[in-house]
Amino acid sequence: MTDYSSLLALVPLLPLFSALILLFSKLPKLWISIFAVGSVASVALISLFLNVIFWQQSDFVLTSSLGTWINLAQLNINFGLYLDPLSLVMITIVSGVGALIHLYSTGFMYQDSDFKRYFTYLNLFISAMLFLVLADNLLLLYLGWEGVGLCSYLLIGFWYQDRKNNLAANKAFLMTRIGDTAMAIGLFLLFTQLGTLDIQEIQIKAHAVWSLTNDNNNNTMASLCCLLLLGGAVGKSAQLPLQNWLPDAMAGPTPVSALIHAATMVTAGIYLIARNSQLFQLAPDVLYLVALIGTFTLLLGASAAMVQTDLKRILAYSTISQLGYMFLALGVGAGASAVFHLMTHAFFKALLFLAAGALIYSLHHEHNIFKMGGLLKKLPVVAVSFAIGCAALASLPFTAGFFSKELILAQVIASGHSGLWWAAILGAFFTAFYSARLFFVVFLGPTQLSPNAKPTKSMSLALVILSVLSLFGGIHPEGLKNLMPQLDTDGLSTLQHWLPILLPFIAISLAWWLFKTKRFGKPVPTFMQGVHQLVKSGWAFDHLYQTIFVSPFKYLCQVNKGDFIDLFYRLIEKTSGRLHMAFSQFQNGQLRRYNASLVIFCILAFAWFIRGELML
Amino acid sequence: MTLFILLLMPLLGGLLAWYSERFDAGLPKKIALLSLLLCWLPLIPLLSSMPFDASSLPRSQWLIDESYPWIPFFNINAHLALDGLSLLLILLTLLMGLVALSSAWHEITKRTGLFYLNLLWTLAGVLGVFLAIDLFLFFVFWEVMLVPMYFLISIWGYEQRHYAAVKFFIFTQAGGLLMLISLCALVGIHYQQTGILTFDYLILIQNPISGDLAFWVALGFTIAFLVKLPALPFHSWLADAHTQAPTAASIILAAVLLKTGGYGIIRFVLPLFPQASIQLAPFMMLLGVIGIIYGAMMAFVQTDLKRLVAYSSVSHMGFVLLGCFAFNIYALQGAVMQMLAHGISTSALFVLVGMIQHRYHTRDLNELGGLWLNLPKLSAFGLFFGIASLGMPGLGNFVAEFLILIGSFAQYPKLTILAASGLILAAVYSLLLIYKTFFGQTKRPHDSKIADTNTKEWCTLISMCFILIYLGLHPQPFFDLVPITLMKLSFIADDIGALL
Repeated sequence: MTDYSSLLALVPLLPLFSALILLFSKLPKLWISIFAVGSVASVALISLFLNVIFWQQSDFVLTSSLGTWINLAQLNINFGLYLDPLSLVMITIVSGVGALIHLYSTGFMYQDSDFKRYFTYLNLFISAMLFLVLADNLLLLYLGWEGVGLCSYLLIGFWYQDRKNNLAANKAFLMTRIGDTAMAIGLFLLFTQLGTLDIQEIQIKAHAVWSLTNDNNNNTMASLCCLLLLGGAVGKSAQLPLQNWLPDAMAGPTPVSALIHAATMVTAGIYLIARNSQLFQLAPDVLYLVALIGTFTLLLGASAAMVQTDLKRILAYSTISQLGYMFLALGVGAGASAVFHLMTHAFFKALLFLAAGALIYSLHHEHNIFKMGGLLKKLPVVAVSFAIGCAALASLPFTAGFFSKELILAQVIASGHSGLWWAAILGAFFTAFYSARLFFVVFLGPTQLSPNAKPTKSMSLALVILSVLSLFGGIHPEGLKNLMPQLDTDGLSTLQHWLPILLPFIAISLAWWLFKTKRFGKPVPTFMQGVHQLVKSGWAFDHLYQTIFVSPFKYLCQVNKGDFIDLFYRLIEKTSGRLHMAFSQFQNGQLRRYNASLVIFCILAFAWFIRGELML
Repeated sequence: MTLFILLLMPLLGGLLAWYSERFDAGLPKKIALLSLLLCWLPLIPLLSSMPFDASSLPRSQWLIDESYPWIPFFNINAHLALDGLSLLLILLTLLMGLVALSSAWHEITKRTGLFYLNLLWTLAGVLGVFLAIDLFLFFVFWEVMLVPMYFLISIWGYEQRHYAAVKFFIFTQAGGLLMLISLCALVGIHYQQTGILTFDYLILIQNPISGDLAFWVALGFTIAFLVKLPALPFHSWLADAHTQAPTAASIILAAVLLKTGGYGIIRFVLPLFPQASIQLAPFMMLLGVIGIIYGAMMAFVQTDLKRLVAYSSVSHMGFVLLGCFAFNIYALQGAVMQMLAHGISTSALFVLVGMIQHRYHTRDLNELGGLWLNLPKLSAFGLFFGIASLGMPGLGNFVAEFLILIGSFAQYPKLTILAASGLILAAVYSLLLIYKTFFGQTKRPHDSKIADTNTKEWCTLISMCFILIYLGLHPQPFFDLVPITLMKLSFIADDIGALL
């Protein structure tokens, strides 16, 4: 096993070394591509190899340590890596999809003058993400967690000359930072309560400590810990109430949106909860909250996606909504199907983003879908891969997305939450509707803009591979199902079985009818305009937060710009200055002033004396 | 003799530098560099024999202990001693001295001799503060580091230098006066209670004074150190002093002068007044938390780059105060780590501001922007240190803040949660700094001939980057240097806590 340990250590380190080489060297673009893509591709090969090795075993653990970080009294933190079926799935997704997106980027970013900086950030991101999923303790996980957040910030604001991009980057970082701080407090609480930050030890100790002390399954301390961790997960995975940074994050280059804001980083929250699933089992109320957050978010995202006009924003809201499905699955105790959906979503959403990137690349950076149209024949590879992506997103039968979403829906009903199930069904309807709308508007109908560039070979190759994965990536989920305990789904009624399968077709037909009658892109009737605007703005969360948090904070800071505490010292300064002025009047060298004060003093003294006499 | 040589080196070097100006205006800086490099000489045998394994460290606290009689009538000795804590801070002082020198190299052109005299004497004062074990001697060095700094600000500073220098002087002098009074009271009470007249820390610490007066004496010391730290409400000198001081002086101020406050609390207040410090702890931690939040909020609205960094210091040093009074091994280690990491990250930011001011002749955030286009290297460094100051894991500041928070959480969860909100606010002002300075459209397109970092600047900054990364990824050697001093403290606290 030791050989594999050193192999495991290479997984997060290779992209890190590559990033460092890129940072400190001056290489031509070809060599930059070779280092950047090569390092991630080798990690992908390593993880495929590990998959082959552990294929037969359903329960294995491989560990590796890169040294000590902090060792103080009880606090022993190592740079320890921990590979089990869950993290193996994650590193395979991260490195596999990551390698494809790196490959794609070599074409997409070739014209950019900051080619090297881009790949440095991208490699650094992959490394941080791999540390996140492989960490054996929560502090190392937190390092990866903040690391991916940093890279996300840097890449959203990659085109730094545009203030809009910088603002989006700041927003993304700050909003996730709020969640991260909750998570950090969760770490403090876990350490104070359990005396360790090792993830596996936490699971064991939590059961030992909190199950014994309390019989009814609602232990407050466990709930509190889970709630705080959930705060981090909600921020990173763009769930309610910290979801509104993700649509703005689309300001970054499109491959970045594919990698960070669709396939990998935003799934870190799901991974965090799945990783600590035993801890979360001790807090059923928090799990229920997870399911609720997921449900509301999936409805919010899906409804907002239906009315967007910006290609990337549609996909961003769609990502929010799909992440909501994963949260729902986690919340009802179906962790395995959440991770399964995480995987298929990584395939088809990366595909969609990359295809969208190819569109934007070919169409002079045009983002508005109503200025596109009729592109089916002009860009066939893009169109076909986009169609496959949309089909998987809409979960048409036999695509990858179909299997995972069906599984989630079946598990929700099996857990007995029929209300949540209906909400999820409604979300699925929305999803199929906006996928169809997107595809029809962009690729069918009359041609408006004609493409001026064809996607490069590396871009097309990445699209083809991801298309295959989006079609067939859901066929063999047996290994995944063993990841975590899951619910029995035998007792489904006919309605519960067939409705999710038929629904996408109904939604697509509706979209087709609306498209044929040219109702998309028309101005909304006046009585609907308010609602339309509300939904389009992502239910006005930006406005809400601006009003209740940002503006008061800015105002408070601005009011105190002069530092009111300093006023006190300035008062002392002024008073002594005035006193100085006052007293120096007595010594200004003018004889008549001296004389006058002498006389006044004598009169006053005399009056005082007289007063004393009179009193007697 | 080692420690005295260490102290004399900058003192003599300063005088020599001053004198040499009459031969050549370029000579003083070379002499200053030489004398700073020579300071490392006495430390070399110590560092080379330093065991890298914690278990093999000597059990006695002091690595070097030297004492000579000075004023025998009051039993005052010239007593210097060095332990792990002071060694770390001395290394920081010497390193940052070099950084300050490097930033002053081309920036200071008038009255160079006097400048380097003041710079070196400030450093000597700081070294003395970290080494003096006799309280009277400590007080002398406390004043020695003050006066030259006053001149540095008031002669070589920017627009409002006189106001800033006087403010700095009055604040610290008032603190110093308070310390002198408390010091005399401490010695007097100790004499009453034990019949021994001494200023020696090692003797005073054996019988901590008790009674009501002890609380007030402790408070006197604490306030003197709080002014230096600076903690609220004594922080307002810092913004002015930092903003107006020349870059080199800002570096010294941020990197080491502020650390004397934290050092004083750890070295003197906690061990000399264990009982009083426990009584004081909740208030001090509250002050720390208020400082963290208030400093961050003030930093957020500043338009002067240097002022922004100065207020961020207030916020960061709030963490030190929090860590010192949490009475907990993690928090204390975190406080020491915060002093080192903040010393490096903040002075690096000051170095950068100095470079920007040197190139663009402005520090106004509204006039800057888009620096990345012309100065990618300098901006990348700015990004790095901005990110460091918001507490990115993998860098020293994170280790420090994490340890302080995890340590204080056990006893004061609510306060700690408030302090943790400082992590968000730190991101707010750090990102604002990066956003306003380095990103966006360049406001001066014709300035494309302004040069990026030269080799000297690059080497200075990159070595600071590496130190921060080293502190962040491998802090263990630094922890191992400190525990013997600190472990004792937390045990004292445990005993007292049990008694209360």
